[in-house]
Amino acid sequence: MKIIHLSLFLLMNAALLAQPGQSEFQPVTEIPASEQLPSAPLVIAAYAFVWLAFVAYGWVMWRKLGQVEQDLNTLAAQLAKKRP
Amino acid sequence: MSTFWRVVWIVARKDIAIEARSRELINTTVFFALSCVVVFSVSFVGEGGDGKALGDAAAGILWIAIAFSGTLALGRTFERERYGDTLRALLLAPGSRAAVYVGKLVGIVSLLIATEIVVVPLVALLFQAKLFDHFLLMAALLVLGTVGFASVGTLFAAMLARARSRDVLLPILLYPVTIPVMIAGVRGTSALLALEPQLDMARLWVTLLLAFDVVFVTLSLWTFEALMTE
Amino acid sequence: MRKAAFPLLAIAGVLFMTAPLVIARARYESTMGLVQKIFYFHMPPAMLMLLSAIFCGIVSAMFLVKKRPALDWMAYAAAELTVLYGAMAMVTGPLWARKAWGVWWVWDARLTMSLLMWMVFVSYLLLRRYGGAGSEILAAGLALFGMATAPFVYLSVNIWRTIHPLTSVVPTLPVDFALALWYSFAGFLLMYIALMMLRMSVEQQRAMLDRLYLESDE
Repeated sequence: MKIIHLSLFLLMNAALLAQPGQSEFQPVTEIPASEQLPSAPLVIAAYAFVWLAFVAYGWVMWRKLGQVEQDLNTLAAQLAKKRP
Repeated sequence: MSTFWRVVWIVARKDIAIEARSRELINTTVFFALSCVVVFSVSFVGEGGDGKALGDAAAGILWIAIAFSGTLALGRTFERERYGDTLRALLLAPGSRAAVYVGKLVGIVSLLIATEIVVVPLVALLFQAKLFDHFLLMAALLVLGTVGFASVGTLFAAMLARARSRDVLLPILLYPVTIPVMIAGVRGTSALLALEPQLDMARLWVTLLLAFDVVFVTLSLWTFEALMTE
Repeated sequence: MRKAAFPLLAIAGVLFMTAPLVIARARYESTMGLVQKIFYFHMPPAMLMLLSAIFCGIVSAMFLVKKRPALDWMAYAAAELTVLYGAMAMVTGPLWARKAWGVWWVWDARLTMSLLMWMVFVSYLLLRRYGGAGSEILAAGLALFGMATAPFVYLSVNIWRTIHPLTSVVPTLPVDFALALWYSFAGFLLMYIALMMLRMSVEQQRAMLDRLYLESDE
């Protein structure tokens, strides 16, 4: 009985060890560390540019709107003075 | 329909007659094109002793000279109209405005082709470029490319005739739209000038130029009517 | 019109703030790794640049026919947003290309045509700004030419051999990629609409100002 158990055990291990080890790892949810560093500045720069572009455009629009509002108010005040 | 072509003929003949008398535009445009060729040649011809241009430089230089001198010719054609205040007269004349557009286009294309007749052999000479080996294909490239460039150019130059900053706005507006025509012209020409001329490539570019011309002339005809409001 | 813009701006802002979370949850692409994440901020502005160009062309054509000022304001706003979104696409693109292709820029069909179309709309803006009176009509004509190039820009990757990914990539995206992409796209789209409303209200106020000036002179 012991011999059968032993031989089964050895066979099992042999079967396991005989398989080729994983020759390549296809990472999909992880990436090797060497990839991360060079990409990060590029990704950050890309996202930062988009945000900054929106902020810049929005700010310019806001200022233009404020300018026109101011002109309208001064003109309205002048008109009110003219027609008492 | 025949009135259309009559108007075209009258407008074109007027321009050509004025030009034939003074020859101002043709002389200055030709000389400007030659100056362009010389300036670019000095920049692009390799140092080596044989003086051969780098790569496709001859094709590029030719088309740049056409584009630059064409832009100036367009500007000055309509400057003439503006100076004589004849633009309004042209538009008030009976007959469709599209006919006026086509007439002006014919005049400008004639001027540019006349320029090219002088410039192209000179480029061939200066760069030892065999531009005449496949004369028909080369002529097709030049004519179709010129028509494509001039069709958009005539439209924009007419529109800008009374605008502010028109001198610099014409190239600013014209070049992005007509660069595809330039690309096709340069690629077709360099296909012909290659060590082993690639005739079917050149024919492909000719076909593409034809497609561009159809699109641009049609679009320009449609919009000329709408854009010339006075 | 300005009132309507603010809730849209707020929603768009929220979308943009949360987009990185959704994007981080998407898996990495197998060959490009982290840098492929730029895709989620590159494709939406690029697509919206094309759509905006077409929209500007259509509105310009309507303006040429009907001559209503509101259409002109819309066309001007659309052209500005085309330039803005185009700039975003053409900055994020090269940043991605530097890693993925090894170069910042190539003169292939897609990139060249995108640049040309963008330049047409930049020249539109220059014309509106410096062309003096009557330039809105000519600009409308120019916008038609710009619109004509848009389909070519989109189809260029399918027609010519280019290094740029094909249009077939987007319809075949895995689910988590697609979710991140369309989430970002929604943010960009809402921002577009909000900015357009803001821009149009600037023009609207200016027109009102001009009218009041004229009236006050009488």
